Amino acid sequence: MSPASKNDWMPSASLQTLKQRARMLQSIRAFFAARHLLEVETPVLSRAAITDPHLHSFRTRYLQQSLYLQTSPEFFMKRLLAAGSGDIYQVCKVFRDDEQGSNHHPEFSMLEWYRQGFDHHALMDEMEQLLKGLMLDAGQGWQAPVRLSYRQAFLDVLAVDPLTATAADLEQLAIAQQIEIPIGMDDASKDSWLDWLMTQAIAPSFSKQGFTFLYDYPASQAALARISHKDPRVAHRFELFFAELELANGFYELTDAEEQAQRFAVENQQRVAMALPAMPVDECLLDALVAGLPDCSGVAIGLDRLLMVLLGVATVHDTLSFSLEKD
Amino acid sequence: MASYSTNEFRGGLKLLLDGDPVSILENELVKPGKGQAFNRVKLRNLKTGRMIERTFKSNESVEAADVVDVDMEFSYNDGEFWYFMDPNTFEQIAAGEAAMVDAGKWLKGQELCTVTLWDGAPLTVTAPNFVELKVTETDPGLKGDTAQGGTKPATLESGAVVKVPLFVEIGEVLKVDTRSGEYVSRVKE
Repeated sequence: MSPASKNDWMPSASLQTLKQRARMLQSIRAFFAARHLLEVETPVLSRAAITDPHLHSFRTRYLQQSLYLQTSPEFFMKRLLAAGSGDIYQVCKVFRDDEQGSNHHPEFSMLEWYRQGFDHHALMDEMEQLLKGLMLDAGQGWQAPVRLSYRQAFLDVLAVDPLTATAADLEQLAIAQQIEIPIGMDDASKDSWLDWLMTQAIAPSFSKQGFTFLYDYPASQAALARISHKDPRVAHRFELFFAELELANGFYELTDAEEQAQRFAVENQQRVAMALPAMPVDECLLDALVAGLPDCSGVAIGLDRLLMVLLGVATVHDTLSFSLEKD
Repeated sequence: MASYSTNEFRGGLKLLLDGDPVSILENELVKPGKGQAFNRVKLRNLKTGRMIERTFKSNESVEAADVVDVDMEFSYNDGEFWYFMDPNTFEQIAAGEAAMVDAGKWLKGQELCTVTLWDGAPLTVTAPNFVELKVTETDPGLKGDTAQGGTKPATLESGAVVKVPLFVEIGEVLKVDTRSGEYVSRVKE
């Protein structure tokens, strides 16, 4: 990091980039206006927080109580859906502690939307239309995204079935393929091994010039997605990548309140086992699911990373008006 | 034993890795989307000076290295050890040759150096960024030749050899940048 200089007040991104950001936001709003989605705003501060052991919420205080900055607007948006809002979208800031590096910033912009009556494939179809318009508008080439299942990706690249392999199988595979093994993997879970192989072998195999949808993740990585009726070993969760850069995560949403409560409890147990604080569960979300969340799919896209792709810039910090990691 | 979690990693943090003290240069989060994160870390081995890259599963604890930098004045070299004194406490320590690989050739006495201590023992010594040293040996200077390029080697009183402009003569005092080992200017006495 360079020493503090008189130019530190200057923006991180170029003015040209900021104009492109404004243009991207206009295009997104026009896209959803044409499809009659309602733009909504929901609170950034919440009494409840996400229980996912791999997401770290910022905590602050209000009067005598703890409040958490959202890592995504998902819970509030689902409460709107349960209240009868119809299809909705939101552009907002989200916050994640402990995330740093060239593709991370502790606060970033997110586009999240929900479509009633869509399964995850219908939502991927709609995402393709949005992405195509944005790419062409930015003067980039367009090729239809590759769409493949999580299982197929592992079979193609590593010749292993991620649904049946054990943690020990995956460790052996990493050794055989001469993949670096991180410090601290001695007692790693199967999901940690899958995540590591994803970063080291699967994502690097994706098309360098285009988007890839990876869908139907292992049920153990369902997050907030519903489990497949056809194959209960997988959940209807998907991710979007450009080359190996992860851009979006979506679900054919879990609507079962009991199962959701169960997942929150399991994640909080995992947090405690990892010496992390258990988080206050969103009881209002659970009540909303009891009242009835419409059958729907939803997705969240990191807009700063999307802008990286649209402009072809190397780091997320180049897209931000002011980055904490300005160098 | 003190330790750090990966979420405390930042530039300059000192860790113990495979028994050696290392310093973090860069820390980059690697994440496949949701799920387990990893920290890809660039480190410098403080014993060998070598740069290494290692990856940690996030949320792991790593033992801290007790490494501190202290400003100390170089006193003398007895042929085996280099002696340094803390100008505030007058406490003396002796550094062996291994700690002096980079700094030794720039020191003649009284320089304020940065002594890096690991568990209280000198690990490395860093010379001041700039030192002023007398030329003890070099080819005869070319009179009046102050503009033209070209360099020649010159031996300084501390034993270091640097490239100097052709006009430099024996007995002159030079300012040298110890980080690059380059001549900066002559010093008028």
